Amino acid sequence: MLRRIWQGRRIPLAWLLLTRQPVRLAVALAGIAFAGILMFMQLGFRDGLFDASVTIHRLFDTDLVLISPRSSSSVSMAGFPRRRLVQAMADPDVEGITPLHWNLLLWRNPETRSTRSILTLGFEPADPLFTDPSLAPKAKLLQDRGRVLFDELSRPEFGPVAEWFRDGRTVESEINGKRVRVAGLVGLGTSFGADGNLLTSQETYLQLLPNTPPGSIEVGLIRLRAGADADAAVKRLQRDLPDDVNVLTKEGFIAFEQNYWRSSTSIGFIFTLGAAMGFVVGCVIVYQILYSDVSDHLPEYATLMAMGYRLRNLLGVVAREGMLLAVFGYLPAYLAGQGLYLLVRNATQLPVSMNLTRALTVFIMILVMCMGSATLAMRRLGDADPAEIF
Amino acid sequence: MAAMVSLERLRHSFGNGVNRRQVLQDISLCVDPGEVVLLTGPSGCGKTTLLTLIGALRQVQEGSVQVFGEELNGASRAARLRLRRRIGMIIQGHNLLRCLTAEQNVQMGADLLEGLSYRARRDRSREWLRAVGLSDHLGKLPHDLSGGQKQRVSIARALAARPQLLLADEPTASLDSHTGREVVELLKGLAKDQGCGVLMVTHDPRILDVADRLVQMEDGQLSNGAFAIE
Repeated sequence: MLRRIWQGRRIPLAWLLLTRQPVRLAVALAGIAFAGILMFMQLGFRDGLFDASVTIHRLFDTDLVLISPRSSSSVSMAGFPRRRLVQAMADPDVEGITPLHWNLLLWRNPETRSTRSILTLGFEPADPLFTDPSLAPKAKLLQDRGRVLFDELSRPEFGPVAEWFRDGRTVESEINGKRVRVAGLVGLGTSFGADGNLLTSQETYLQLLPNTPPGSIEVGLIRLRAGADADAAVKRLQRDLPDDVNVLTKEGFIAFEQNYWRSSTSIGFIFTLGAAMGFVVGCVIVYQILYSDVSDHLPEYATLMAMGYRLRNLLGVVAREGMLLAVFGYLPAYLAGQGLYLLVRNATQLPVSMNLTRALTVFIMILVMCMGSATLAMRRLGDADPAEIF
Repeated sequence: MAAMVSLERLRHSFGNGVNRRQVLQDISLCVDPGEVVLLTGPSGCGKTTLLTLIGALRQVQEGSVQVFGEELNGASRAARLRLRRRIGMIIQGHNLLRCLTAEQNVQMGADLLEGLSYRARRDRSREWLRAVGLSDHLGKLPHDLSGGQKQRVSIARALAARPQLLLADEPTASLDSHTGREVVELLKGLAKDQGCGVLMVTHDPRILDVADRLVQMEDGQLSNGAFAIE
């Protein structure tokens, strides 16, 4: 069977048309790869920013989350009565709760003495907070007053805290003008709204922010019994609790944050537009190349038609040219995309990385770009008149 | 035996209204299987138009053109395309595909044959290239071939598709007298061995003797001087 197919093959005209004009091919591939890289970068940034906005949200060990309806995003969390979280305990499915203070505070760089806002979470060191089990022993260090855990993945503008700490030095700095000491390092990661993270005990937190209304928290984490239906619990709690709180699932909490950056900022629009630009540029380049390729070979195509080749055969040649361009233009774009993502990750700590969805999306965009251009270029084939060859 | 090509009262004109120009007037002509017919006449007298009509490359306007017994007047695109596969055309401008080697160009002709393996089609292409004396130039691109060599590749390409009728427009124009002679002998041999009809437009006085019949054309009409060579 394979043998039959192999022996049935024809001269690979599309391949030869492309490869026997290496300069034109190189220009075409460079154009397609450029368009692909542009799309990879724009979509990567967009998804990366949306992903980055919820770096910390993903880490919480929680099933449901209580927030104030006045909260709009992680950079402006409003308080609600801590009582609501305790009331939630009445639900039979609720197993545990963790009240959480959440705010951006001013951290003084211990080296340069300049200040910068850092996301600070205040919690009871005994309460579970993150799914990562390595945190629990470190939380004990917060039991002393004025101690903080510093996120070593924070941007370098906060100072060489992690380096100093690992060198065994005592690292002290100021938050909101109050002295704190770094008791340990954690690895959380920056997000779009927070360049760095800090964990501290509730007691220390209230010292740093003495004006916090008593009994007010920004986030309440609720863990459910194993096997409980989270969506049903959300409905029940939302019904039973007064409307000064919103009940969300963990996914809902993540979506709430992403939705803020998506709808309240132009990030989504800007980067999608950028990707669309790449697409259009690619279309123009591929169309230009294929159109002039067909035009240049018009007498030859007419000869083939005079010999008895069908228009369909010739359309197939142009379509295969488009397909080959798509595949060979995509490969360098993919590799360059990987490299640039690495570069971006190192430079910005944004979680930009290649994923299958985006790899496929860009490939399909490039395929559509090439096949669409090929279809437009095929119209030129209609001008191939076999009667004109003599 | 039925005629391979038979034309009856064929008329053709180009343009519309005042610009209308009659290029063929009442042409009647027959080509029998195995017959070599040479068509001569001053340039612009409509020889090429006649070839494109017989080659099913152009719609017939008036009169009758029958090729292999099929009427071309009013034939569909698909029917004309099917006929073209049985007709070999040798063109003055040769129109080889620039991106293909001599061998690949000839194989584009052989590839039209159904049911032959790749190897068989390739061997066939090589055979024909050898027959036109180009066995040393299989892998060369048209760019590296001389005008005469290109012309011979185009002849091999037409023959590789196993045509039953050959239409040739000045096949010897760019060949020296020796090669021109060889090519014409080759075409004649093909006509005799395989019963292939050959209609050749030529100005080359050196090859007139291979013709079974000479047809003179002038101002869109066959002149009365048509005669058979014994």
